[in-house]
Amino acid sequence: MEIEQTESSGAPAEVPEPDVPWVTVVHNDPVNLMSYVTYVFQAYFGYSKDKANKLMLDVHHKGRAIVSSGTREEMERDVQAMHGYGLWATLQQDR
Amino acid sequence: MTGFEAVPGGGAAVALDEVEISILRSLAVQLLELVGPGDEPADGGDHDPLEALDAMFAEGPTEPPSDPALARLFPDAYGGPGRKLSAREEEEARTYSAEFRRYTESDLRTRKREDALAVVRSLDELTAAGGPGAVLQVDADGARRWLGTLNDLRLAIGARLEVTEDESDELYQLPDSDPRKPMVMAYLWLGGLQESLVETLLP
Repeated sequence: MEIEQTESSGAPAEVPEPDVPWVTVVHNDPVNLMSYVTYVFQAYFGYSKDKANKLMLDVHHKGRAIVSSGTREEMERDVQAMHGYGLWATLQQDR
Repeated sequence: MTGFEAVPGGGAAVALDEVEISILRSLAVQLLELVGPGDEPADGGDHDPLEALDAMFAEGPTEPPSDPALARLFPDAYGGPGRKLSAREEEEARTYSAEFRRYTESDLRTRKREDALAVVRSLDELTAAGGPGAVLQVDADGARRWLGTLNDLRLAIGARLEVTEDESDELYQLPDSDPRKPMVMAYLWLGGLQESLVETLLP
């Protein structure tokens, strides 16, 4: 995912915390089916089958994967949706 | 075992025999009891409009459920495994999780209840039609509710059985005399059903 950052010349020396993006992390669990996790990533985020499958495999093999990023509010919405689907998700600041 | 098949024009269908219908219904009802209480009375009886207003403004819980099955269905939104948190960060994660839970858990419980109720109703319609078995057909929305309920059931049973990712787990080689055996069989059967339903939904 590419996010273009435009730096203004007069940027303050200290970056305030709220500017650090938030991410939604999905954790591995022994119950959720691999096909179901892929389906959720496609259905909710609108990701391609390839991208959804890759994220699912990351969750499965690495124990977790970042599935989205944005404002804290947006990530709370995504985490709430993931819990609705029964996936184990948390949000955190990507520092 | 049969599974779900896609129905042209959206939705899915599955052939279920009498025993399968009664097992699914019993499990869905247990899920309702686990997740309950909902905002609407289960018997569909009169309800006090003032009570409904109270429910609308009532705040949800702030503590994670103590029951491991419920804790899996309603996990904390902050914190989680795989990260080392300082004492201050852990405290912060707990505070944020409590706040998140207060505003979201009641809604989530209501949705899970509604899905499970829809599953029970669709099974009751089948049995009302009579006969030793039947073909359950659901539209796209019904398929979504079934998918959610099958997953919630597997999460709840999986938490109860303490399943692991290890396929050689002793759970899958239990003797018939083990009291956990029927639940393990149900868990595996539900997994097959869910897998077949997911396949009908994948583009």
